[in-house]
Amino acid sequence: MHDANASPAAETYVPLTASAVLVNPVGLHARPSVKLTQCAKGFAAKIELALAADGPWTDAKSPVKVMRVKAPQGATLHFRVTGPDAEAALAVMLALVHDGFGEA
Amino acid sequence: MSEIHLTGRAASPGLAIGPVAVLTAAVARRTATGDPAQEATTLKAAIEGATAEIVKLISTLEGEVAAILEFQIAMLEDDALAEGAYDAISAGVTADHAWRSALDAEIAGYRSAEDEYFRARAADLVDIRDRVLARLSGADTAAKITGGSIVAGDDISPSTFLAADWTRGGAIALAAGSPSSHVAMLARARGAPMVVGLGPLSWIGPPPALALVDGDAGIVIFDPEPETRRLFEHRMAAANAAQTAADAGRLEPACTADGQRVAVLLNVAAPEDLADLDPAICDGIGLVRTEFLFEASHGLPDEDTQYAVYRRILDWAKGRPVTVRTLDAGGDKPIAGLTVDGESNPFLGLRGIRLSLARPEVFRVQLRALSRAAVHGALKVMLPMIAVPSEFDRASAMLDAEFTALRAEGIACARPPLGIMVEVPAAALRAEDFGAAFYSIGSNDLTQYTMAAARDVGAVADLNDTGNPAVLALIARTVEAGRKRGVEVSLCGDAAADIHLTTPLLATGLTTLSVSPIAVARLKAAIAKVRS
Repeated sequence: MHDANASPAAETYVPLTASAVLVNPVGLHARPSVKLTQCAKGFAAKIELALAADGPWTDAKSPVKVMRVKAPQGATLHFRVTGPDAEAALAVMLALVHDGFGEA
Repeated sequence: MSEIHLTGRAASPGLAIGPVAVLTAAVARRTATGDPAQEATTLKAAIEGATAEIVKLISTLEGEVAAILEFQIAMLEDDALAEGAYDAISAGVTADHAWRSALDAEIAGYRSAEDEYFRARAADLVDIRDRVLARLSGADTAAKITGGSIVAGDDISPSTFLAADWTRGGAIALAAGSPSSHVAMLARARGAPMVVGLGPLSWIGPPPALALVDGDAGIVIFDPEPETRRLFEHRMAAANAAQTAADAGRLEPACTADGQRVAVLLNVAAPEDLADLDPAICDGIGLVRTEFLFEASHGLPDEDTQYAVYRRILDWAKGRPVTVRTLDAGGDKPIAGLTVDGESNPFLGLRGIRLSLARPEVFRVQLRALSRAAVHGALKVMLPMIAVPSEFDRASAMLDAEFTALRAEGIACARPPLGIMVEVPAAALRAEDFGAAFYSIGSNDLTQYTMAAARDVGAVADLNDTGNPAVLALIARTVEAGRKRGVEVSLCGDAAADIHLTTPLLATGLTTLSVSPIAVARLKAAIAKVRS
């Protein structure tokens, strides 16, 4: 199994972190999870999310793992992004959450 | 053979009658190769095959239905889903066992979720599991259901639902399931009535041949008596004719034929009931049941959790009045760690306000959360199962105390108007003795206590009639007490949604009825025909 996140180059970047509150009605459910992971896969950076600032961190490119987080509406979603395009990736992730994944 | 009368939760509206098709879990049988490498290859091929199957199915669908299946594809394409299965295979487990255990663990995770929405996703995972298992065993996928059948089972997968023809009628009756499930969304979109949470579907001897499904009231009757069936068919014919006309007037305010305005409010069992609903269809919310807050297995809800939920409902209502009923546990609604087990007659026991007054530490938390939420809209608070004025007075004093305490702490709060639910005949007979800010008639309990006949006992079900003159007299008496005291009277039981009772109910002087969202269009159409 290959993993885009396992790039050794990622180690040389400083992780960027930020958080946003889930505003869409039923939280990070099926459709938002699919949307978020699809967006995340478009970036080279390693993207992780968590319900607390200190983790545990979940691979934001895996819909199976993102759904396991079961993030409800009103939860604060923390992101940790490491890689060459980390800044752009983080901005896109935050925008997705702020916009309620286009369904709020 | 006597009829079996089961009550669950309405998941998709409408009435249906048809032969029963019992869903049985498909058992996959295959011969394992005994070689881990080959087992892994077989599993990989089965997953890819299942994915291709769904991709093909999606091309024939659109909108919400397609989005549901896109979620399944995203899950199947994610290596993380089968990770555990491949690990087990390399340890010598066969492909089908490995896949089943891995998915069952995943499904268990969803089933234990606190949030109903996430719990409802378990059905999608079951669907994914069975699709791959079917490919592993070379069997046909989803079992075929004959059009027009009443499908009965524990739960039903989106695939099984989509494989059936719903254009010829039919309905779904589930022992488990959820109104938030993808199948419930599909059923609502296709107009198939659905009732979930019926409890174990067990019968002695062969399964029932025929069933009636009432997707409005959440009732399923297996093997109905001829008279039950005749009445049901009569209702179906009337409902079909009325529905067409009703849909047009859903957003209009309700008025009788003589121009009397009738307020139509909503009954809400959980905030999810309001999803995708336009507040313009109603004049407010007449009943928010709060038992759902206490259903989860993780103990009683704290003040902030309750406050957030109440506030969300008030925000939805956009200034329209919202009546929240304090916890109505006991009777047929036991709550672990709160209600009393083993009462000889729970309906006449420690339930509703009696339980809340007996457990002030639990009641206070709810009163505090309600006082805090009251600053965000037109909140009213209603006490269930009130029999004597002292119960109202004690609860009122507790609400005052919590409000005063919050204000002293500098926390934003308001003291909501406190009313009573009139469902004990003693309260209906002496309604004017209560200092309540409003009366809301709970017709289900008022009927069963007045007629001494339970709704779920088939042999006496005909006695359980809200249209009985004795019950209507108690309603009229309550309306009169409200008129004398200048306080509002509404009715929030199932009788409000029964359009055969609209004329007699309005004749008692009632001008406010509260029904579940799916009944609004039909009720408004029925009101428009009433002439006094």
